Formats: sequence, structure tokens, C-alpha cells
Amino acid sequence: MSADIWTALLIAVLAAFVGYEVISRVPVLLHTPLMSGSNFIHGIVLVGAIVVLGFATSPIEQAIGLIAVIMGAMNVTGGYVVTERILAMFDRSKRKGGSP
Amino acid sequence: MTDYSPLIDGVYVLAVIFFILGLRAMASPETARRGILAAGVAMLLAVLVTFLVGGLTNNFGLIAIGIIVGGGLGWYWARVVKMTAMPQMVAVFNGMGGGAAAAIAAVELLTAVSDPTNASLSIAGAVIGSISIAGSVVAFLKLQGWMVQRAVVFPAQQVLNIIVLVAGLAFGVLTVVQATTVWLIPFFVLTLLYGILLTLRIGGADMPVVISLFNALTGIAVALDGFVLVNGVLGDAGYAMVVAGILVGAAGSLLTIKMARAMNRSIGSVLFGGFGAKEEVGGAIEGSLKPIDSDDAASLMAYANQVIIAPGYGMAVAQAQRKVKELADALEAKGVSVRFAIHPVAGRMPGHMNVLLAEAGVSYDKLYDLDEVNGQFATTDVVLVIGANDVVNPAARRQGSPLFGMPILDVDKAKSVFVIKRGQGRGFAGVENDLFYKDNCRMLYGDASAVVGRLITALEHS
Repeated sequence: MSADIWTALLIAVLAAFVGYEVISRVPVLLHTPLMSGSNFIHGIVLVGAIVVLGFATSPIEQAIGLIAVIMGAMNVTGGYVVTERILAMFDRSKRKGGSP
Repeated sequence: MTDYSPLIDGVYVLAVIFFILGLRAMASPETARRGILAAGVAMLLAVLVTFLVGGLTNNFGLIAIGIIVGGGLGWYWARVVKMTAMPQMVAVFNGMGGGAAAAIAAVELLTAVSDPTNASLSIAGAVIGSISIAGSVVAFLKLQGWMVQRAVVFPAQQVLNIIVLVAGLAFGVLTVVQATTVWLIPFFVLTLLYGILLTLRIGGADMPVVISLFNALTGIAVALDGFVLVNGVLGDAGYAMVVAGILVGAAGSLLTIKMARAMNRSIGSVLFGGFGAKEEVGGAIEGSLKPIDSDDAASLMAYANQVIIAPGYGMAVAQAQRKVKELADALEAKGVSVRFAIHPVAGRMPGHMNVLLAEAGVSYDKLYDLDEVNGQFATTDVVLVIGANDVVNPAARRQGSPLFGMPILDVDKAKSVFVIKRGQGRGFAGVENDLFYKDNCRMLYGDASAVVGRLITALEHS
């Protein structure tokens, strides 16, 4: 096991706390956009898919890698557009003071 | 060959910072749009810079085709779908992420199964990714109405599910221990099957919770793949995946717990409860359904001091939110105080009603949460329920009802309750609604948009 893995594990622990902190006081109103937004963020899987397909050599690796890239790209664009559409609705509403 | 790694690493760090800031901005209505934009820019940069990764020479054409096809499909589909279908779209795109994670793990297993660290991390990523994609697809089919929406329960189901999961995991362990790829096909078949079986048992109002759970799981699967890449020669992209994946995993888990808590359910009862699968036995409801015509309903509302509107999925289906806003305006013009009571899981997702009413231009300060509004029904003259069912069902207060324990809007405590409903069917949970049989309840049958339109016309003439 390489030292890099332990570095990554340390980073992961810190990221978990950040993820927890960032949304610990979110109003119910924003649960749906937030779920959709975090759905978009795990679209980073596309980066991994590109790397994997970029190094693939055999036809079977290429085929599975291509599936990974297609799915990852769908996650990215679909996740972004859905979140953007949900949030666009909030923007149009007129806000008349007071906290939601 | 130029070494671009400082640039690549720099962009990944920047992307991760933007993801965190974006997610944080999304936790407040004022900054939410800036948040998704920041995350979007970060994602674009991270994807572009990945093409510069050293040694990444194979299959540029295939990568481009994959991005164009997948990206185009996702973009188009998300653009054309109706707002009411948003919950199942989140499920689908989440499933795609889980599928991508499982596929990456599969390639890693094919190339580096001999390294035990790589193999075990990949197997873990593959299990979680497979459950996430299979489960998300079933969730999509259920919400879309393409398969039975209720929880599907059959004898010995729990035993079967556990056997399938354990067998799948066993093939995974064998793969790592024997450092061979021969067990991968049964491994993937069984873990995918488990995702399907797990989600079949879930129905009704629990659906959003389970979509949120799969969202968190996909994040964790992506992070596990990230660990595999970090362990290999292509580390840089791996760190970005670890941070973003764990970020979503943690935020998504917390969100899942919050959603379940809003319905007074535990994650365990959501996953293994088989909600609403069984018909309630006995307990025949006394009374009858009493219709009222829209003119009478309108004049009662016009002479009321307070009206509370409780919207549900029926309003979303009929796209009635703008008409509802017009109705509220018309009532206010007659001096009636109008408020909206929003149940946390009204519609098919938390915040679904807030989103639709915001779209129609209803201001936030007229929307009241369950806790804020429940004490006010007793002093309210008229409650207008628009296409909501389970979230206003007093059966939730009765022990033995499948809904028991779920917090509801206490609309039955108002002087009069009008219910706009398409027909005499049951709610999403498949439970008969006691409210409709109460003495103070009157039914307005029809499509929500049409009925509200008639109420507006009647108000103008009164």
C-alpha cells in the first residue's frame, strides 16, 4: 500500500467534516436543490472515466471505459441542468424580507 | 513531452475549492445560483485539464465521442423534462454517476486485480456503484409510473435479499483473494440485482429519502475509485475524486438523515419497512364523501378571515401553481389573509412545493412549515387542500395505520376543509384518507388547475 493512499485517507476524513459542516444548517426549502447540486458534484467521476479510458488498451477495457465516460458525462450535464432549472425558479420569486 | 502536472494539480485544487464554496452557497436561497455556477465552472476546468494528463494517449476519439454522446443526452433530457419530473431526473443522473463509478472499478479490476489494495478498493467501489445505479433506475421507473409505485413485498423477501447481497460480496472477496477476474460477471450481476431488490421494497413517501441515500452512496463509490487512482500511477485525478466524492457522501448522508427525520422515519425503516405495501385491515371509516360546487366554496372563502392553502402533488401534476397564485391574489383583494402550509415531503421531494410556488411568484414569507402552521389551523376558517393526500391524512395519528407516526398538517382542525382531488383514489401511500369523511370536509372533484380556475371565476362574480 503506497503512502499516497494514507494521504488520500487523511484528505477524505477532512472532506467528510467539510461536507457535514457545509450543509448542517440548510433549510428544508433547499433540500431538493442541494440533493441535485451534490448529484452534479459527484459528476467528477467523469474525470476518472477519462483517465481510465485514456489508458485503456484491450477492446473490453475500451468498451467499459467508454460506458463510464458516457455515464459520467450524463451525470455532469444532466445534474447541472436539473439543478440550474430548479434554482432558476427561486430567482424569479419576489422576496419580501424575512427569513424563509 | 511537456509535463503539465503542476497546471493539472493546480486546477484540481481550484476545482475542489469551488465545489466546497458552491455547495455552501447552495445552502442559502440568495446565493444558491452562484453556487451551482461556481461548481459548474470548476467541473468544466477539471474535465478540460484532464486531457493534459501525461501518458494519456489512447482513445482520444472514443473519449470525445463519449463526452459528446453522454453530455448531449444528459443536457437534452434535463432540458426537455417537465418540472414535475425533476425528482426522477435526479435519480437517473445519480444512477449514471454510480454506473460510471462501477464501470471504472470494473476496468481497474481487469487491469490490476493482482494488487490486493487496488482490487479491494475497486470491489468496494463496484458494490456501492452497482447498488446505486440499479436502485436509482428502479426509483426512476417507480416515480415515472412505468412500474408499480408501491413497495413490492413478497414472502421470504428479506432472506432472498440477504442471500443475493452475501453471494455478491462473496464473489467480490474471491476476486480479491484469488486475484482473478473470472468471478466478475456473477459479482456484478448479483450486486446489480441487490440494488433492484432493495429498491423494490421501497415506495410511497420514502422514495425521496432513498434517492438521497443513493446520491450519498454514489459519492462514496466515486471516492473509492479515487483511492484506486491515487494508488496507481495516475494519482492526480484521484485526489479530486476523493475530495468531491467524500464531500457528497458526507453531505448526502446528512441530508438523507434530515429528510427521514422530517417524516419521523429512520433510515432502517425506510430501507427495510416495506412502507404502504400492506392494506390496512379493519377500521372501516364512518361518514361519506361530501362534494361541494365551486361557487359555494368560493363564497365561503371570500367571507373567511383566514384561508390556508395546503398544496400537494396534485398541484404539481396539473401545473396549477400560477392559477393558485391568482386565487391567493383574488382572495387577498377581498381582504382575506392567505397563507400556504408546506409539508416537508408534499409532492415527491422535500421543497417540491416551495420550488413550484416560487416559480409562480408566491413570496417566501407566505410559506409556512409544518411546525409554524400546525398551531394555526384551529383558528382558521377555510383550508384549501390542493391535490395533497397522505400529508393531511389524520390516520397518521392512529396506531396501526401504515402512516402512523408521520407528522401531518392538522388541516382537519380548521372550521372548513375543501379538498381538490382528481378522483376518489387513494394517495401515493395507498392508504384510505380519514379526512375526506369528516363532517367539516367537502370535496371539489377535478383537475387542480381547472377547479382553481373555476374558483377564481366564481370569486370575481361574487
